[in-house]
Amino acid sequence: MGATIPASGVSVPEGTTPALTSPASHIQVFRLARYQLRDYLLSRRFILMLGIVAVLGVILTSVIGYYRPASLLGTSDNFYNQIWAGAVTVVIVFAGVIFGGDAIAGEFQNKTGYFLMGLPVKRATVYSGKYVAAFVSSFVALVAFAAILLGNAAFYFGTGAFTVAFLESFLLAVVYLLALLGATFLFSSMFKTSTYAVLVVAVMFIFGFSIVQALVAGLIKIEPWFIISYASPVIGYPFDATIPAHMVTVTSMGPRGHTTSFTSYNPTYAEGVVIMLGYFLVTAILGLLLFEREEFT
Amino acid sequence: MGGHSIETRHLTKQFGKFVALDALDLRIEGSKCVGFLGPNGAGKTTTLKMLTDMLFPSSGECFLDGISVQKDRKRALEACGVLIESPEIYPSLTPRQALEMVADLRNVPVAEQKIRIPAVLEEVKMSDWADKKVGKFSKGMKQRVNIAAALVHDPPILLLDEPATGLDPRGMAEVRDIVRGLKKRNRLVFMSSHILPEVTDVCDEVALINHGKLLFYDTLDNVTAKFSHGQISVDVNFVHPLSDADVAAKVASLPGIVRVEQLDPRRLRLYTPGGPEEEAKILRGLISAGLDVVSFQESKSALEEVYLSQISRGD
Repeated sequence: MGATIPASGVSVPEGTTPALTSPASHIQVFRLARYQLRDYLLSRRFILMLGIVAVLGVILTSVIGYYRPASLLGTSDNFYNQIWAGAVTVVIVFAGVIFGGDAIAGEFQNKTGYFLMGLPVKRATVYSGKYVAAFVSSFVALVAFAAILLGNAAFYFGTGAFTVAFLESFLLAVVYLLALLGATFLFSSMFKTSTYAVLVVAVMFIFGFSIVQALVAGLIKIEPWFIISYASPVIGYPFDATIPAHMVTVTSMGPRGHTTSFTSYNPTYAEGVVIMLGYFLVTAILGLLLFEREEFT
Repeated sequence: MGGHSIETRHLTKQFGKFVALDALDLRIEGSKCVGFLGPNGAGKTTTLKMLTDMLFPSSGECFLDGISVQKDRKRALEACGVLIESPEIYPSLTPRQALEMVADLRNVPVAEQKIRIPAVLEEVKMSDWADKKVGKFSKGMKQRVNIAAALVHDPPILLLDEPATGLDPRGMAEVRDIVRGLKKRNRLVFMSSHILPEVTDVCDEVALINHGKLLFYDTLDNVTAKFSHGQISVDVNFVHPLSDADVAAKVASLPGIVRVEQLDPRRLRLYTPGGPEEEAKILRGLISAGLDVVSFQESKSALEEVYLSQISRGD
């Protein structure tokens, strides 16, 4: 080595330098996303995600096939409302944890960020490229899960399985995925240790937000519009003949004549969509601002 | 070329109350290799990280080719090949895929990538591993891929943070060859290193910092002439022990010897104004005096003498 320098002079005459202009940032976002996707595909995490979808699919298919509950198999709307609308949020949460949990924190902990940050890319490009890759990977998992349920529905309802309501619900699930990934990226930007980031994301989305939502609605008695999980029931609304009441208060009489009341809230259709889009925008901006200020110490 | 430049203006970095870098003013211009020296914690990596926007200055600014890194990192880094802190590469990628990613993000045309990527992999002796996953590589192999990544777009400026880290002696020699090759092609290389012989071997100029302050920045020749006071030391080993009388009569009296230090009965350290001819004359004198010399070599390089004297003065 040394005496000959094959990398040089390939197209550049001795003593000169090539024109060095990096691509526009939006092009870099998609190029970076492509390599990040390749990394996901070649690593175990994509297989893990598809494995989770497959296990959920096998369980649902077997249980429904074995018990054939009449309430579920009455109409395709019933089927989707009870199976798809409930389980799809689980798939989305798993996708968020697997693809978003360490997306930013991992760049610091694993030192892969030092490789990227030496390149002429804006930090926003790195953040966006990783987000796009996480979204596409999660979307593929979502499509796989939808395909399993559509297959089941087609078996029981024939062509009646392919409804506009399902398409509408699928789009709402995609919006929820956008929001949830935005939030996981925000959490991931807060930490420089992948384990902490993944743990916090998992705890918050698996039960943290639900507990806070219940406490806010039940004890403080205000509508928990600022909790992302509050918006998720709208994914099932396309299958409902009537949208659930916005506010439901249940009053019960105690043994000594004391009355206690419990209030629960349901988001309106528009409210749910606005909460999800709002979460996406706010968390994306906050996460990006955090990443812009993070130092590679 | 000759117009490429690296500049820091009053660059300061504080971590809490600790001042890691204190108002560093440095301008490097032209086609050369500049060694960036200093003990651990002196502020070398901190400087390089601010030059690449990995750390943000507490005050001051950095410029690459006159473009502010802090204001426009993307444009400033276009002309740079960067290797900071032995980065990790996504473990599931192969060296070829990792270099394709770098080349794509730097806009190297695909046709050119097909020539450059195998060429740089050959240059860092990783051709045989081009399609194996990086995750299974040793630290030294990863460092070779990192060096290839810094070279893949044939940049006019290179910022290298201890590029020989993790490499075996052969790898270190290969890095020196790469840097020498870059100099021949009129590149501007700014390289931090702890390995003083490496710096002496490949660098034209040196900058020394300690406790975040720049002690000097000059050509290697000027630095050694200015700070070594024209003296170098040579360690000589003998077959038989030397008495004080032998030392006084047969060694200290030889022309060209300024001072003699007896390290042990069979070993002396001789101080001389230096130069190969002077050293050869001393060696001939020792043999002519009937002393059985086993070995005769410079105890420290001139740069090492300067380095140690300046760093100990700063402490």
